[in-house]
Amino acid sequence: MGSHAAGGSQAPPTATAGGGETQRTHVAFIFYPSIGIVVFAFDKFINSHGLLMLLFHTNRYPYVTGTSVIALKYKDGVIMACDTGASYGSTLRYKSVERIKAVGKHSLIGASGEFSDFQEILRYLDELTLSDHMWDDGNSLGPKEIHSYLTRVMYNRRNKFDPLWNSLVLGGVKKGPKGDEKYLGMVNMIGTHFEENHVATGFGNHLAIPILRAEWREDMSFEEAVKLVEKCLLVLLYRDRSSINKFQIAKITTEGSTIYPPYSLKTYWGFSHFENPAQGAVGSW
Amino acid sequence: MSRRGDWVYENNGGTCVAIAGADYCVVAADTRLSVGYSILTRDHSKICDLADKCVLASSGFQGDIKALHKNLAARELLYQHQHNKRMSCPAMAQLLSNTLYYKRFFPYYAFNVLGGLDSEGKGCVFTYDAVGSYERTGYSAQGTGSTLIMPVLDNQLKSPSPLLLPARDAVTPLSESEAVDLVKDVFASATERDIYTGDKLEIVVINKAGTTREYIELRKD
Repeated sequence: MGSHAAGGSQAPPTATAGGGETQRTHVAFIFYPSIGIVVFAFDKFINSHGLLMLLFHTNRYPYVTGTSVIALKYKDGVIMACDTGASYGSTLRYKSVERIKAVGKHSLIGASGEFSDFQEILRYLDELTLSDHMWDDGNSLGPKEIHSYLTRVMYNRRNKFDPLWNSLVLGGVKKGPKGDEKYLGMVNMIGTHFEENHVATGFGNHLAIPILRAEWREDMSFEEAVKLVEKCLLVLLYRDRSSINKFQIAKITTEGSTIYPPYSLKTYWGFSHFENPAQGAVGSW
Repeated sequence: MSRRGDWVYENNGGTCVAIAGADYCVVAADTRLSVGYSILTRDHSKICDLADKCVLASSGFQGDIKALHKNLAARELLYQHQHNKRMSCPAMAQLLSNTLYYKRFFPYYAFNVLGGLDSEGKGCVFTYDAVGSYERTGYSAQGTGSTLIMPVLDNQLKSPSPLLLPARDAVTPLSESEAVDLVKDVFASATERDIYTGDKLEIVVINKAGTTREYIELRKD
């Protein structure tokens, strides 16, 4: 799966000495003065004790997952795209899922990873944008603010060993002191976040980013940006097992957000090796 | 064998260096953010200006680093409000150590070097491990390229040996421009051999006049 680090993270630093002696379960208690939370350092303890499983929900595996989301800045704003599939392991369970949504007036959010966690995040963002609206002070949350909020949410959930198993892409445009400021950022399930001109989650990191790094330019027109996005989506379609041929493109500009209806890309399978593959085969079956 | 708590941390790579001189301090870090064998972005700063004479550079897990920097910056602001002055570098050094040890049993995966000027205007560098053990030194390197850089600094900085007794001040006798040139050289070398180091180098120089920043390009492969 692309959504969590395929390479495998490094072990925590040597100071957590339990790394060497994995047989010894070790519990350490730290009481936060204001919250009074008990923190358990070693997850071996968490997983092996039923009572603690009730107290500390450890969401260790994603179940229904979306694959890559790609996004890039262009002249008028930000364009974001992904497919509309959600897989249940190796089963393509849902084929018409919207993984890009508008947030407030100025932003778009796209998510890969556990779809139910994305729905939870949308609920958090609903509450956030609602209270922001209720202030009724003429201000509205821009993409930078939403990205910052999401980063803190993801990081804090990771601190409680109960992550939202997503990689989120946050893009938008908002008027700032220097005019219309485009913003595009990404945050992953443990809180790693950054801002860039083009981002991609999951497999997109490996397949789409090289294309974007070679061909993205400042101030592309919408048509050019769509062509570049489609080029990346096509590569992902060919090479990512969990992607499907049904995509949605969304854009956000100062005028607002538009999520286009789903459509398919033309694929080419007319390679000579694919035609009559059994031609040279030996045997009766 | 992947352990069950592995997913809470990741190493986003990078290298940080700090060198203290008689009346200046140089703090430098590369700007590459990586995960696994991928580069997430080539333009991500690892340096945080905590106080006017105090700069922190950290490498390790970026989520923890940003949280740590935010935490310290907030504490420094509180200190300003309470004491009507900015935090000195040695004071920040102690605060950082305490903050790291506070999370002794679920550490910040951050390898820090703190650099700045002490209350007498002399350069100071403090180097840390992930759980807060620290010491004041004349120079230090932390991060994925640290093992490549430290021996070169040991050789080139002409600092008094830490093994001498009585203990001598560890600051380098080199001038500010010589130190900056050395920093550029060591990063160019580390970039050659460390896959996580490269793209761009951010150099911050703190001296009596204030803080200046410089960016130089590094190899992008």
